[in-house]
Order: sequence, then C-alpha cells, then structure tokens
Amino acid sequence: MKNNLFFLIFVIFFTSLSAQEKSMEKNKIFKNLRCLVCQGQSISDSNSDFAQTVKLVVNDLIEEGKTEEEIYSFMAEKYGDWIIYKPQLNRQNFMLWFLPYAFLIGGGLIIFYLIRKKREKT
Amino acid sequence: MLSNLGNILLFSKVLLSLTIIYFSYQCIKSSREIIFKKIYQISLLQSTLVLGCFFTLIAAYVVSDFSLINVYQNSHTAKPLFYKISGTWGNHEGSLLLWIIILTLFSFLFLIYNNNHPKNYRLYTLIIQNILILGFLFFILFNSNPFLSLSPIPKEGLGLNPILQDPALAIHPPLLYLGFVGSSIYFSAAIASLITNYSEKSFAFSIKNWVLISWGFQTLGILVGSIWAYYELGWGGFWFWDPVENASLLPWFAMTALLHSLLVLEKRNLLYFWVIVLCLITFTLSVTGTFLVRSGILNSVHTFASDPSRGIYILSFLSVMIFGSLFLLLNKYRKENKLIYSNSKETFVLINNWFMMFYLLTVLVGTLYPIFTDVLTNNKISVGPPFYNTVILPVVVIFLFFMAIGPKAKWVKNRFDNLGYFALLLFLALVVNFSIIYFFKSSTILSNLVIISSLFLILSSFFDLVNSILKSRFDLARTISHISFGFLVLFIGLNHNFSIEKDFNMKVGEVKSFDNYEIQLQNLELKTYNNYKAIIGNLKIKNILLKEERTLNPEIRIYDNPETLTYEAAIKTNLIKDYYLTMSNIDRSEFYNIKFQKKPLMIWIWISVAMLVFGGFLRIFKNAKIN
Amino acid sequence: MQKLIKSIITIIFIFIIMIFYISLGKDNSYDTVNLVGKKLDSIEIQSFNNEKFVNTKSFKDNSFTLINFWASWCGPCRAEHPILMNLKESKSLILVGVNFKDKKKNAKNFLEDLGNPYGILLKDESGKKSINFGIYGIPESILLNKELVIIEKFVGPLVEEDYEKILEEIGEK
Repeated sequence: MKNNLFFLIFVIFFTSLSAQEKSMEKNKIFKNLRCLVCQGQSISDSNSDFAQTVKLVVNDLIEEGKTEEEIYSFMAEKYGDWIIYKPQLNRQNFMLWFLPYAFLIGGGLIIFYLIRKKREKT
Repeated sequence: MLSNLGNILLFSKVLLSLTIIYFSYQCIKSSREIIFKKIYQISLLQSTLVLGCFFTLIAAYVVSDFSLINVYQNSHTAKPLFYKISGTWGNHEGSLLLWIIILTLFSFLFLIYNNNHPKNYRLYTLIIQNILILGFLFFILFNSNPFLSLSPIPKEGLGLNPILQDPALAIHPPLLYLGFVGSSIYFSAAIASLITNYSEKSFAFSIKNWVLISWGFQTLGILVGSIWAYYELGWGGFWFWDPVENASLLPWFAMTALLHSLLVLEKRNLLYFWVIVLCLITFTLSVTGTFLVRSGILNSVHTFASDPSRGIYILSFLSVMIFGSLFLLLNKYRKENKLIYSNSKETFVLINNWFMMFYLLTVLVGTLYPIFTDVLTNNKISVGPPFYNTVILPVVVIFLFFMAIGPKAKWVKNRFDNLGYFALLLFLALVVNFSIIYFFKSSTILSNLVIISSLFLILSSFFDLVNSILKSRFDLARTISHISFGFLVLFIGLNHNFSIEKDFNMKVGEVKSFDNYEIQLQNLELKTYNNYKAIIGNLKIKNILLKEERTLNPEIRIYDNPETLTYEAAIKTNLIKDYYLTMSNIDRSEFYNIKFQKKPLMIWIWISVAMLVFGGFLRIFKNAKIN
Repeated sequence: MQKLIKSIITIIFIFIIMIFYISLGKDNSYDTVNLVGKKLDSIEIQSFNNEKFVNTKSFKDNSFTLINFWASWCGPCRAEHPILMNLKESKSLILVGVNFKDKKKNAKNFLEDLGNPYGILLKDESGKKSINFGIYGIPESILLNKELVIIEKFVGPLVEEDYEKILEEIGEK
C-alpha cells in the first residue's frame, strides 16, 4: 500500500515535471529579474521596452545552454545586484538568509526551554 | 476661510488634549474612586472637534477650494464627486487627519466602554493615548498641515493620479488605518498596565475586543488593497512583497500573535509580559511602517510624495516611543512562575506565536535589509517575492499542521488519544491532493506539501465543526477563521500552481493559439471620455476544448490631469477561474503586446479572507454577549 | 546576564535607528552610474553602414573611448548632441555611436541634420547587444580607457558638467 503510493507520487512528479520544466524555468527567471525602468515590477510583469529586450536576451542565454545561476551572474554584472529579486547567498547577504532561520531555531529553543523548566519545577 | 477654520480646530484640539492630560493627572492624584465627569465631556468634545476638522477638509475638497495648497495639489474640478471626497485621505496630509480621528475616537470609546476596570489604569491609558495624539497633532501643525493656504488662488487643481481613482482605493486607507492606528489603544493600555501594575486576567479582557477589531480591519484593509492591486496594476498578481505591503503585514502578524496569546492570559493568567511586548510592538511596527512609507527611504510601487523632514519627525517620535516603552518594560519585568505543560493548549498558542514571530521577523529583515546594505556597504540590493517564497513557504506547511492540531488540545494538560484520527485526516488530504495533481498535472514538491497541509487543516476544522455541532458546544468563530485560513492557503496554492501565463506581440487581425486556446485581436476602438481617452482592444478568446468563446476588452488610457498613461486589464471572473488580459502598445511599431492569464479560483481567495475576518467579528459579538 | 540582555536589546534598537537616520539623507532611486571599474566584455556588434561586425576589443587602439547609445526617436539624444559634437574635437578620445532600435533612414537624417560626431558608427536593431553593455534606457554613455575598463557611466543626456568631467578624465583640461 505504502510503496504503491510512493511509486504513484514518483510517476506523477516526473512525467509532469519534465514537460513543464522549460517554460517554468524561463518564467522563474523573468520573475526574479527586476525591471529597472518600472516601479517595483519584475521583468515578467512588465511590458516595457526594456523588459521585452531582457526577455529576448534571457531566451538567447538559455538557448546557449547557460544555467539559471549563470544568467543571474551575467545580469548582476551588467546592472548590479539591484536587478535580482532573490539576493544571492554571499558575504554581504549572509545575514539576510541566516537571520530568519536563526529566529526560527531560537524561538523553538525558547519555547522548549520554557516548557522544560516548568516541568522540572513540578 | 476653510483654511482658518481648519487651523483653529487643530489648535483647539491641542488645547483639549493638554486639558485632558491635566485633568486625568489631577484625577489620578485625587482619592475619589470615579473618574471626573468633565474628563468624559472633554473627550466627547475632542472627538466632535476632530470630526469637524475632517469634515472641513472634505468640504474644501467638495467645493474645490484651491486656496488650500493641499486641495490644489490633489484635486481637480473635473473629477467625479466621489473621488473628490476620497481624495481627502488619498494624500499624506489628509491621511494624517484620518490618523488623528482614529486615535481620538478609540481613546474616547475605550474610556466609556471600560467602566469595570480600575480608575488609574483607564486614566493612564487616556493620558498615553493623548500624548500620542499630541505627537501627531504637532506633526500635522508644523510639518504636514492640510490647511495651509495659497495665494494667489489658482483657477484649477493639479489633479489626482488616475490609478488612485478607484473605489477600492477610496476605502482601503480608512480600513487599514482602523487596523493599525487602532492598535494604538492597546499600546497605551499596555503602558498604563505596566505603570499601574494591572496585570490581572481582566487586563486581557479589557483589550481583547480592541485587538479583534483592529485585526479584523487590518485584514480587510489588506484584502481591499490586494484586490485593488489585482484589478488596477494589471500584472495579474495580488501580492508583490512590496515594502509598503510588507509594512501593513508586519502589524498584522503581531496582532494575530497577540490575539492568540491573549487567550492564554485570559484563561490561565500566564504570559503577561509577552502579551505586553506584543501590544507594544504592534503599534511600534505601525509607526515604523509609516516612517518607511512616508519618508521615502524605500523604493516602492506606492509613492507618497516623500520628504526627508517628515522622516526626521516620525523617526524622532518613533525613537521616543521605542525607548520609552523599552525602559518601562525592562524596569517592570519580573519572572513568571506558573506551569506550562508541554502537551497543552498553552503550548500550541506559544507555537502559533513562534511562527508568527518568524514570519514577522523574516518580512522585517527582508524589508529592511536593502536599507542596511545601502548604508553600510553602499550597495543597493532588491529583496523580492522569490526570497519570501523560498524562506516562508516551507515553514507555512509545518505551521498549518500545528494549526489543525492545536485547537484540539485542552488547557493545562492534554493527552492525544486520537492519533489514528489524525492519520486518517492526513490520508484523506493526501488522496485529495493527488487526485488534484492527477487530473490537472503540473506540480512541484513544495506545492504538493502546501496543498496537503492546507487540506489537512480544512478537513480537521471541518470535522471539528461537525463534531461540535453534534455536541452543541462549539467555538464557531475560531473554526470559521481556521478553516478559512486553510482555504486561503489552499486556493493560493492551487491558483499559483495552475495559472497559465502567455504573452504575444500581435497586430490587429492576427490569431495566436496555444494549449487549447485561440486568441484573436479583432480590432481597436478609440473613445474619448470625460477625463481620459482610451484605446480599447477587442479580443476574442476561444477555448477549443470546451467550445466556449469570450470577448475581452483591455484598454490603454491616456488621462488628462495630470497626463498619465495607464493600462486597464480586462477581467472575466467566474467561480472557477478568471481570465485576465492586458494590452500595451509597443513603441514605434504596429504591434501590441497582449498578455493573457488564466487564474483559477481567484474569487475564492477573496472570499476566504472575507470569511477569516467574519470569524474574527463573530468572536467580538460573542464576547459582547458574554459581557 | 539580565543586564547583558537589556543592553544588547537597547544597542540593537539604537543601531537600527541610526541606520534609518543615515538613510534619510540618501538618494533611494537606482541607476547604474556607480557600476564602474569593470572591464568591458568582448562584444561583437554590427556596423551601421555595412554587414561587418566590430569587436569591442578593437577599442584598445584608442587611448579613450566614449560609447554613446542614441536613436533618432529619442528627444534627450537631440539635446545632448551639441556636447558630442564638441567632444569630437578632442584628440585622445574616439566616439563610438551605437544606434539603438532605430530605422536606418531616420538615423541617417538625424546625423545629416545635426552632424556626425562618431568616429565609429554601430547599430543595435533589436536592443539585445545593449544589454551586454548594461544599458537600460537611452541616451546612455560609457567612457572606457585603454585597458577597456569602464571609468565613467552617464545615464541620461550628457550635460555641460559631464563634458568637463570627460575632459578631465582624458587629461585634456
């Protein structure tokens, strides 16, 4: 029963994933690039001249076989980190990625400590 | 004339606030157990004046009195009356007046509705609230006065940004302000409670409904804002993790956490200091949000004309608030010695607070981080939707499971003897999820988890509902809110997963087809309206499989005053899906960029949020009944 | 211990408020003017007058190169044109014009009317090449030295101040 279920999950995942992958990938990249001439829109959401051109260039880069990360590095090199909505993990952005999880773990520890201490007193 | 009247009213409000503070102080020192009658009277007068002040400004907008700079800058005679009125609070100065109204009305209502609480606690609340009112009054008088006059008087105003001329945007700010400005009252109450050492369960009782009211309106405000963004901005999304949106979300997390931990304080007399902290940070975050938005240090879609001097004023005010309350809190803090068993409702409420704090801090860090990198390293970065989705979504999954189990736990000490039941629920959730995936294809692991966990919450709340109706001992408010939240996440998940998005560059007459759809740009029409011209596209969308045809008419509008270009989306809504179409011209060519989106279950997202709020208001009525 | 926590909390708040205060004085709008000091990639770009391609590597022969992105349909380009004409006179600077998303006829008329300041004239019909230069709206200009390192970026039309700045950079002032 359990095994069958897992098998089913697998089949569904991979048949659907491979077909959709390419257009999803593209859209994901567009959504992660900021339109520099707009107010807070992504390349995907914007229909400005600039956004249209960036879409073409990203298409070309994908055709050339560039990976997602390489495309982001390319854009960041030309336009600065500003253009990427999901900051890359590096020394400068370390705290941005680290702090939320630190809060999550820290909060959990505080609750654990609170409950445990109370139990000891009984 | 209106300018003078407005200024006189503002000044008399300052005097009244000072008088209230003075009399309240006298009353605290006196040995009498009741509050002086004149304090009630002055408070009532104060509320009346502030409304008068606001109506004066509305009147100036209605008659287009351009002798007021504020009216001149934000209105125009050709504007429909409705938008003349809503323009009153659509700008920085006018919206501050709305702030003062809410601060004042809440302070008066809190005073008269809390008869059975200690005199000093009520009076200190009144004093603190009036200090806040004074703070904002001075801000208005010295920096952002909507009643400043202009001479010579211009013949015509500059007009209101056309994308702000929308019914949703007319009610969005008042709702939101009722929410986060309303939170000021429990900020004041928390400080009063610290000063007077009023830490009983009944303190929780006195602020409970105020928290619910502000939470309800905050949620509604966010909802209306999202609907507006969906219809008006023309990107097809409704939430962009824009800094200004985040600023309204931060107090919401704090309110939601507060709402739950108040239950613990009320039932078990536990977590008093934590509740106080939450009261304090809710309003502090509201003011912080206001600072970020109005000072213009954040780059956002929502642009208030910004001005650094405003920033400095709000920042000083914020600093006084933070350090004042921090000082008081740290001085009064003492350890609680009561029992929390690991398996109890208290623990689950703590878990709720834990997750709320995680969301809050994540959004806060994400919003502020670009400011920090800019100041410290001179490098500007963007933190946008992909960041929040990556960090928050996986945690939501776990949260929903706790949310389903939590309400079943008993106070003090609990035992789960129904693990089999939860396993059954989980199994049901899995089955439903995979049938959805099987029929509609396309998915990722994370979206599966989101759907499963939300289904788990929905099913669990649903059986709760059935069960409690059978036993006729039910907490309808809670169940409705929890089930709606489950549906909200579920619909967002499904919507996100099964949306279709395509864009084409088309000439008039061209047909494009994709999947089972065919789309044709039939013709363009040029129309002239009262205050704008429009290019209206006539597009036919054919669903080949279902053999249904629809015509959609997106527009490109050119507004006159001020001259602006906007894109109006054409949206066809039904219970299953929305078709969303936008059209824009491509410069220097005969092509039009047509963006087609199919957004499944869109309307249910709005309905879920409305139901969530309904649950909250139901609780208020129930509380009122008990009293 | 308690005292330590108290002071840490206080310091965090002071820190945040300090940052807020400093950022009030900063300009929050974004442009790419600060992205200088990087070496320009080698980019192949088509010549305006024929089918040949020019590689940016060839700019090494000049002591300084100013790449200017323009189009006949762009109003501000017209406004900055006299400054480009003046820059044409300088000896150590070669002007490279990249005609951006334009019709050839219109572009030719534009140069006939206002004069041609460019030593090398290129075109980018689709606008795709300009992405490689980090251009997002025209007019924009990039000043390169002999090593092809970007030493100045100008977003928007060149004004008198920029003219002085360029002369200073190339040592003709």
